[in-house]
Amino acid sequence: MELIFALLKAFLVGGFICFVGQFLLDKTPLIPAKILVIYVVMGVFLGAIGIYKPILKFAGAGASVPLTGFGYLLCKGVKKAVEQEGFIGIFKGGFSICAVGVSAAIFCGLLVALIFQSRGR
Amino acid sequence: MKLKRGIFHFKTPICVSGFAAVAGQKESKGPLKDDVDVFLKGRFFGEKSFEKAESKMQQIAVIKAMQKANLTADEIDAIFAGDLLNQCIGTNYGLRELEIPFVGLYGACSTMAESILVASTFIETGLVKKTISVTSSHFCAAERQFRFPLEYGGQRKRTAQWTATAAGAVLLESGNKKKIYVKSGCLGKIIDFGVKDISNMGAAMAPAASDTIIRFLEETKTTCNDYDLILTGDLGRVGSDLLYELLDQKGVNIRAKHKDCGLLIYDRNDKDINSGGSGAGCSALVFCANILKQLEEGILKKVLFVATGALMSKRSNQQGESIPAVAHLIYLKGEEKWN
Amino acid sequence: MEKKEYLNLVKKISPKANIKKTFLCSFFIGGLICAFGEALRQFFLYFRFEEEDAGAMVSFVLIIITAILTGFGIFRKIANIAGAGTFVPITGFANAVVSPALEFKTEGFILGVAAKMFVIAGPVIVYGIFASIVYGAIFYFVKLIGG
Repeated sequence: MELIFALLKAFLVGGFICFVGQFLLDKTPLIPAKILVIYVVMGVFLGAIGIYKPILKFAGAGASVPLTGFGYLLCKGVKKAVEQEGFIGIFKGGFSICAVGVSAAIFCGLLVALIFQSRGR
Repeated sequence: MKLKRGIFHFKTPICVSGFAAVAGQKESKGPLKDDVDVFLKGRFFGEKSFEKAESKMQQIAVIKAMQKANLTADEIDAIFAGDLLNQCIGTNYGLRELEIPFVGLYGACSTMAESILVASTFIETGLVKKTISVTSSHFCAAERQFRFPLEYGGQRKRTAQWTATAAGAVLLESGNKKKIYVKSGCLGKIIDFGVKDISNMGAAMAPAASDTIIRFLEETKTTCNDYDLILTGDLGRVGSDLLYELLDQKGVNIRAKHKDCGLLIYDRNDKDINSGGSGAGCSALVFCANILKQLEEGILKKVLFVATGALMSKRSNQQGESIPAVAHLIYLKGEEKWN
Repeated sequence: MEKKEYLNLVKKISPKANIKKTFLCSFFIGGLICAFGEALRQFFLYFRFEEEDAGAMVSFVLIIITAILTGFGIFRKIANIAGAGTFVPITGFANAVVSPALEFKTEGFILGVAAKMFVIAGPVIVYGIFASIVYGAIFYFVKLIGG
């Protein structure tokens, strides 16, 4: 029961964050690339002022899977690194915490390029 | 004979002695499937990239057109060609082996009409006798140059058009030989009404089509009723509707005579297509596969072919520029003997 | 016709996105991806992963699934319906990396695949990292003064 509730919360919050993206896409002249940049910067900002953490606690993957979650992750990482290592942490925290995601994407990108062919239409 | 700036009547007979159309897979499922000469299958048509596939299409179109007119490459005086790719590589590599004196043109999607118009003017001077005009476009090659990678998950807008994978070639000869003649032409001006949306090319091109049609009709003192068909290049649904509105303001109603290549090439129920087909190959395919055939068979007699082209690049678009457009017009007449 | 008048006409005639459908699809598919992510997260937490690592594993799995679907040409079809429902979640980031990599294979593995890999996803990394540096610097100096 608890699991179903957690999934439902993730579905609703995640769905809402995506819906806002679609709204920006259809109702403003913004293109996807710009929307994504806004999302990631918003994630850092909302994390910095302490709003994103409670959302994440409530929705779990519903807040961490959308790109705002990536922004929050960067924010969390840099904060932790500064606390532990001081000045150098400013430049270390962001990349070290998103290392898995970026490395996985690079790895998959290369592998897919090796295995697959671009399809004609 | 020059009528007015950019508008010509040809005084010598310039006949269409051969034509051929080549198309890809999606086009083979469309309404023109019975008219196309060669269908190419597979991802790269047996080549190693989409660009090379486009070159192959153009080469096949030229060879097929020459076969139909019983000519060989060394009998052709000049070839006028272009495509949508940077530096027109589709053309440059496609025609490399044919060794025909070459004039490279860039008119974006208007290249079919532009190349016929330029070739006709050359023939009119008497300096050349036999020419070929050819152009092509390839959906995948255009998509990766102008938009996003093919497997990128983006949503296509409802105003967007689908670049045709096709090529068309027209062989023109001086003399009284066949049944279709190029009678007049009108060079387009670069017209820009400030449309910036790269997903709405029809809207960017409609003003150019309107300008060319109005100028031609005024100068030749003819009306739409003097023609059987006014065929625009690739305005699509949105662009055609805008063209009607623009012409209405000038008191010209072409609705009854008008067809658009972008709306003829694909099955209208295909959801990918949205506003219609586009690309240099779109008007080339419809014109070479269908319209010239109808002229030859006498179903059509007098046709105005107005191919439209959008002249932007990805870079100009990113720099915030609007989309300039051009529309070139040729007037073709089907008759037993030139007069 | 004046240019301004024409642009208004263009706006009037051009068909708009079917927002009932796009809004619903983006919400529904985006929500499903997140719910699937949550299921994965619960799964990893169940197997005693640290909170942070469980999150990273969720991203990892979603990226791999997206990469495979992109390779088979399926992701594009889902994304055409889902819109923001697929490009806002991490799936969009993965697709934005994998699709140019695959596409530019014809230009070789160095100048094609590798050089073009971040042509779409790059801005997200650049501005994400930059924002984190700005925040880190502010946090550092506030802590310095305050503490």
